[in-house]
Amino acid sequence: MTENVTKKFLYVNRKAPYGTIYALESLEVVLIGAAFEQDVSMAFIDDGVYQLKKDQSTDGIGMKNFSPTYNALGDYDVHKIYVDKESLDERGLTADDLMNLVYEDEDDDYAEKSSISIVTREELAQLMEQQDVVLSF
Amino acid sequence: MKFGILVNEGPYQHQASDSAYQFTKAALEKGHEIYRVFFYHDGVNNATRLTVPPQDDRHIVNRWSELGKQHNLDLVVCIAAAQRRGLLDENEAKRQGKDANNIAEGFRISGLGQLIEAGIQSDRLVVFGD
Amino acid sequence: MTLHTVNKSPFDRNSLESCLRFARQGHSVLLFEDGVYAAVKGTRFEGLVTEALKNNKIYVLLPDLEARGMRSDNIIDGLKTVDYAGFVDLAAESDRVQAWL
Repeated sequence: MTENVTKKFLYVNRKAPYGTIYALESLEVVLIGAAFEQDVSMAFIDDGVYQLKKDQSTDGIGMKNFSPTYNALGDYDVHKIYVDKESLDERGLTADDLMNLVYEDEDDDYAEKSSISIVTREELAQLMEQQDVVLSF
Repeated sequence: MKFGILVNEGPYQHQASDSAYQFTKAALEKGHEIYRVFFYHDGVNNATRLTVPPQDDRHIVNRWSELGKQHNLDLVVCIAAAQRRGLLDENEAKRQGKDANNIAEGFRISGLGQLIEAGIQSDRLVVFGD
Repeated sequence: MTLHTVNKSPFDRNSLESCLRFARQGHSVLLFEDGVYAAVKGTRFEGLVTEALKNNKIYVLLPDLEARGMRSDNIIDGLKTVDYAGFVDLAAESDRVQAWL
């Protein structure tokens, strides 16, 4: 019964990592959710963009650096990752500051492609409006 | 209409669980169905039966248990989030070699897949958190 | 149509501002919990809310407003109050509910 339903799921991430657990546990939902073969997108807005910052190193705080886990998303077929341009701009960040997340496009001879799209407010608003389920963390 | 409810914060610290409860109760009173209430993040703490609030305060845990019993609600606590925060049912306590369990009546512990399933099966998923 | 829910004071978090940045014409916004402080007349967010009212319906959860010592005549003109049953109706009428946590 469950298998035949495909819904559009959007995970909205608006919180920075480490200060609170939301980013880490949100990522766990996405990874588990991938097994359900739904149409999954992720949006990173406001402080959520800090989750994708490259060069995270947590040795000094005694917490697990979970940022490498984002690299696994592509293998789980989660490759629609949208980052709000205004949120990056406000924080003095550019695409170069983010991790290089990729996936292999099976419809294009498994060519390696970037999972991250940096999008405008309007593009994100449109994306949100197409969803069946919006999970906010 | 079928609602799924996600509760992301613990009792008393945040209003999230109170709001989720009031929403769930109102939805049931209007004849809607609650497909599942899923407790995640610190929300898992809504399910500890060791809670002892002052007598003149609401008992958030018992209130969920009672509403659950009354309407046969599926109250599901995320296992990964629960283990981190020391919330165990009898089976899990045994498996982890712990000397006690603390889950309240009417709640069950299960995987995150139950949240995704609630998203798939419900007409609306409503999230309460911080 | 989307129902956006905002539960944080605009003085504490940017949830309302972010929500309004992405809410499209015709969407509804519900202010509840500490979000109700944005509904009150005379705050520095009144302009933001009034501007949003041109494109969006904005609702306030009355029990949360009253709990915080305010009444429905303290809120910005054009906002509507609802109770929990009204919140349920709004969620049911919308295609999706998006929480701005």
